[in-house]
Amino acid sequence: MDTYIKNIFTDTGNVSQFTGRFFKEIFKPPFQINEFIRQCYAIGYKSLPLVGITGFIMGLVLTIQSRPTLVKFGAESWLPSMVSLSLIREVAPVITALICAGKIASGIGAELGSMKVTEQIDAMEVSAINPFRYLVVTRIMAATIMIPLLIIYADLVGILGGYIGYNIHGSMNIYRYFSDVFEHLEFIDIIPATIKTFFFGFFIGLIGCYKGFNAENGTESVGKAANSAVVTASLSIFIIDMLAVQITDLFF
Amino acid sequence: MTPATPVIEIKNVFKSFGDNDVLNGINITVNEGENLVILGRSGSGKSVTIKCLVGLVTADKGEIIVFGKDITQLRGDELNDIRTRIGFLFQNGALYDSMSVRQNLAFTLRHHTRGLSPEEIENRVMEALTNVGLEEAIDKMPSELSGGMRKRIGLARSLIIKPEIMLYDEPTSGLDSITSREITELMSTIQKKHKTTSIIITHDMASAKQTDARIMILKDGVINAEGSYEELEKSSDEWVRSFFI
Repeated sequence: MDTYIKNIFTDTGNVSQFTGRFFKEIFKPPFQINEFIRQCYAIGYKSLPLVGITGFIMGLVLTIQSRPTLVKFGAESWLPSMVSLSLIREVAPVITALICAGKIASGIGAELGSMKVTEQIDAMEVSAINPFRYLVVTRIMAATIMIPLLIIYADLVGILGGYIGYNIHGSMNIYRYFSDVFEHLEFIDIIPATIKTFFFGFFIGLIGCYKGFNAENGTESVGKAANSAVVTASLSIFIIDMLAVQITDLFF
Repeated sequence: MTPATPVIEIKNVFKSFGDNDVLNGINITVNEGENLVILGRSGSGKSVTIKCLVGLVTADKGEIIVFGKDITQLRGDELNDIRTRIGFLFQNGALYDSMSVRQNLAFTLRHHTRGLSPEEIENRVMEALTNVGLEEAIDKMPSELSGGMRKRIGLARSLIIKPEIMLYDEPTSGLDSITSREITELMSTIQKKHKTTSIIITHDMASAKQTDARIMILKDGVINAEGSYEELEKSSDEWVRSFFI
């Protein structure tokens, strides 16, 4: 038990140090623009199909599941706005971030972990290339920017899924559906939900990089780094979400 | 005759990992243009010694003077200035998996020498690959290369920056005897051609003999014996002789 608690404190200290180093390195030239763009492509563009499918299913299922209750209260016409609000404020950000934690944090953890154990990171260091700036800063930056964009994409596809879900049992044209959606949507729904997605992205990148960059020697540690990155990133998403909801509730 | 200039001086260096004392006051001097082979059993601290030389591992105590500067006192850009003059061949080549051979070499060169034109980079990449006899592998990915080819490409990547010191970490381990001989020949050719100072960490006695270098044997974290291959082969110390059987 003592060791467990000690490890938690040690890890927290190390992650804080790692985060501090990120903020120190991010402003130092040379900026690795090409690697940053490559990471944006890998994290953002290559995740579009997965995020699109899950976003669509979220909207569709949420609509189908909510419909009977709203029909019971004679509030079926509220369905588009209710589904879109739920998607934008909570469901799409959290589910998409969890999907990204599984795909991106584990991918980064495994990639950097394998680079560490095969001495590729050491090779960069002896070539006077700063591996932290090249590998870590670019990945965290790319995740911080691309994950909010993926979540906006999931919101839109989810709302479209909601439209299809609505039309399974009901009938509404697409213009009416979207005007219902946007009629009840306010900036107060969008802004806090969008701000928290940047934190989701930052922590997904940070934890993936931290776990991979600190993998011990041996191939077993690559699997451990990937696994641990997913678990820790997923947990951090729930914690950030809880804090974000509390803060939003306090101010709005 | 001018006295030889030492480019590497390791003075009384200690290094331990937890309770495991790896280096216990090691002393090594390597002169300009010299070839040095370090022998020793697995875990005797050979790799740690050369990793200390480039700051990959920080020594607990002692001085490591490279090109006249104590690298144990250097950080950041100052340390990187020294690193740009040193080539390091890792045990398995340590090629960047996500890059092709061309990108592996160009990436290192681009970061080493800023402002080179794409043509200059391409010429230097081709020159380095020609030196190791692997021009045809230029567009291959590291996963498509054999163990020997990976080491050659790793060597080309180290040489592309025209280093003054080359450090080889078990360059022939895991290779068949013919490929080992070819790699050793390549190292000797490079040393003669570019007049580089080299430290070779190896278990391979045939390779140690072929390089015709001064040999040091590491035991319990200190240099236990030193001399030419022929001298050590006839050593009165049975433990030293056991390497040559």
